Amino acid sequence: MVEARQDGDDCLLEVRDLTKIFGEFRANDGIDLKINSSEIHALLGENGAGKSTLVKMLFGSLEPSGGQIYWKGDPVEIRSPGQARALGIGMVFQHFSLFEALTVAENIALSMDNDVPIEKLAEQAEKLSREYGLPLDPNAHVADLSVGERQRIEIVRTLLQNPELIILDEPTSVLTPQEADKLFETLEKIRSEGRSVLYISHRLEEVKRLCDRATVLRHGKVTGACDPGQETAASLARMMVGSEVKAVTHHAGAAGDEVLLKTTGLSAPARTPFAVAIKNISLSVKKGEIIGIAGVAGNGQSELFEMLSGEFLASDANAVAISGKPVGKLDISGRRLLGAAFVPEERHGHAAVSQMSLSDNMILARHRSDAKVFLEGGPLKIINRGAVKKAAQRIIEDMDVRKSGDDPQASSLSGGNLQKYIVGRELDRQPAVMIVNQPTWGVDAGAASRIRQALIDLAENGSAVVIISQDLDEIFEVATKIAVINEGTLTEAEPAANMTLERIGLLMGGIHGEDHGSEASHAH
Amino acid sequence: MDLTQAVILTIMTAATPLLLAAIGELVVERSGVLNLGVEGMIIMGAAVAFAVAKLSGNPYLGALCGALTGAAFSLLFGFLTLTLVTNQVATGLSLTILGLGLSGMIGESFVGQAGVPLNEIAIPVLSSIPFIGPLLFNQDIIFYISILLIFGVSWFLFRTRAGLRLRAIGDNHHSAHALGTPVIRTRYLAVMFGGACAGLAGAQLCLVYTPQWVENMSAGRGWIALALVVFGSWRPLRVLAGAYLFGAVTIGQLHAQALGVAIPSQFLSALPYLATIVVLVLISRNRRLTLMNTPACLGQGFVPDR
Repeated sequence: MVEARQDGDDCLLEVRDLTKIFGEFRANDGIDLKINSSEIHALLGENGAGKSTLVKMLFGSLEPSGGQIYWKGDPVEIRSPGQARALGIGMVFQHFSLFEALTVAENIALSMDNDVPIEKLAEQAEKLSREYGLPLDPNAHVADLSVGERQRIEIVRTLLQNPELIILDEPTSVLTPQEADKLFETLEKIRSEGRSVLYISHRLEEVKRLCDRATVLRHGKVTGACDPGQETAASLARMMVGSEVKAVTHHAGAAGDEVLLKTTGLSAPARTPFAVAIKNISLSVKKGEIIGIAGVAGNGQSELFEMLSGEFLASDANAVAISGKPVGKLDISGRRLLGAAFVPEERHGHAAVSQMSLSDNMILARHRSDAKVFLEGGPLKIINRGAVKKAAQRIIEDMDVRKSGDDPQASSLSGGNLQKYIVGRELDRQPAVMIVNQPTWGVDAGAASRIRQALIDLAENGSAVVIISQDLDEIFEVATKIAVINEGTLTEAEPAANMTLERIGLLMGGIHGEDHGSEASHAH
Repeated sequence: MDLTQAVILTIMTAATPLLLAAIGELVVERSGVLNLGVEGMIIMGAAVAFAVAKLSGNPYLGALCGALTGAAFSLLFGFLTLTLVTNQVATGLSLTILGLGLSGMIGESFVGQAGVPLNEIAIPVLSSIPFIGPLLFNQDIIFYISILLIFGVSWFLFRTRAGLRLRAIGDNHHSAHALGTPVIRTRYLAVMFGGACAGLAGAQLCLVYTPQWVENMSAGRGWIALALVVFGSWRPLRVLAGAYLFGAVTIGQLHAQALGVAIPSQFLSALPYLATIVVLVLISRNRRLTLMNTPACLGQGFVPDR
């Protein structure tokens, strides 16, 4: 089915001057885009470039503020997802639109517009899923399935609608490299059937490998259209970011034999049916080391972080030790007083209170560990506003946090700037042990490189750093040693130089592997 | 009719309004909306049902108007919480307070007057079955409706596509919206169904249970119905069992008082709530079961991004 076609002859979907305005903010500004049939078209851009906004308009879940969409040459208005499906547009969402309490078959039935009995649909879904090599058990509850399996449901239910254009929003961000390979095979099969795929990603290598054409967005505008096969990763990145991204630099730093963070046989049962049990994790981080913990989302990363930070206590005080002192039963403040610092994954509501100002967010984290600086009046513990403001200002300058106003609410900052502030808030204390969960999730490339460099500098100044991340590129960029977490167990940390992407992928897959979802028993 | 039958019959009559209000609220909560105004909708339904039956002389018209009043009253709640996205807890509580006050005003001129009772309808053949015939097949129309509703709602929620969509909206309204399911419209319909059920429960109180108008005659049944939904962990058949259990407790309390049993009546009237607390503790031990049945979006406002 590989034919050279004339551009324009065979245009499936065209978008002209499409614009979406939220208040004052132009999320999409005059977008032009053309997708031909039988092509995999990449939509590239950083977080916040407007990719998701664009595809939501194509799928009818957002209403354009201006511009026109053409389907097979005819102008159309897509007012609802149902209408998009009727035209032949299917969508696989980034944040899965699945219902945890329902079964796989019920989830599939919900996205079908015609009233087919669920039993029959389950049969169809099973048949289709086998054809495309995406095994599924229609009677399993979604809550019991892994992220990869959940994505299969999304793909199968989109395919069941027999669409001509399938939109995939960042499909590989939650997959192991092996699972991603499998997805690519499916997409190539879809293309060979004469359908088209709009593939949204910020991963350049996979776009180069898979896609026929690419459109690049930056700040809501199209900044380039190209054949990704002809470009280099660097030239694509330039189109995405607008300038060269500064590469992080390593110096030979202060390494030592002193173990600053140690866990010994750390275990904890799963607290909810959707959580993961932590099984016998032993980890030791020396001065000057950065341990990167890789893994597919939902394999115990948050649970491990909560045990390390003291949000949940270990049953054995000796299971966690900071600078040689047993802290397993010590709370967060207790551990912070020993020189540890923590940055949890969720920016809003966990690392920061969105409705509070930046300086208030500083006191919330450091009122105990820096009581001497921030509190005065002895037992009265009155907040010294001046000192807090000064420290907040220092962090804003150190981390290049861009904000509007003097001391704005945390919610008014962009994701990248708030993350820089939160990381900076901890770095400002010069912690001996720093533990960060997903340090640059959803952060633009400039801010990400700033944060990574700061973590490297911290380790080189003699601290022990742990980063838990799903971004393997980030782990390779920053970590001196790499360990992999899978279903609550952690592999032994190995020097980063000895690790390859393939090996990490295999470890991430663990016993999970290729098998399909009949493992409904891991919730007790 | 022997004594056992008579006692069972009074239990059924006491259970019916609880059952009706609870099955309505169950549908509302399954769609992700928490309406704490059940008590207010019951009492409004009762006041209007009594007034219409009295003025027209037709208790069936009264019952119908009671249900319609409940639905109309819930529409007010729907407009506030779904369209204006006000806080559901506060709005529901206000609805109860408003209903209690407004119904007193409507019913003022009817205080102390004899009502127009709904008569039993004997179903031919079935009603002559020994023992259970008179209990199950010689009842008023609201009883029959209540039983049909339980099985109807159960079938609707778990066997039809529309029911599946309603449960999906309660589980995750963002996903449902992304798939093109009309979240707000479905919730309006669910809220109005809940209102109609509560209104009918009120009609039962003043046309069947005690055919007269007494101010505040709902006497906390709306709160018991809310407790029942949780007690039944959002499953219709468990709500049926719970309603009859609570009905039995209510009647048992009256008999205990008449027999001079030395248990304070306050303790007995608190029993349904104590039972609910016990059940809550028991079901929350099984987290998986709770999460599978509890509508995850319960009580959260939804603003579609457009």
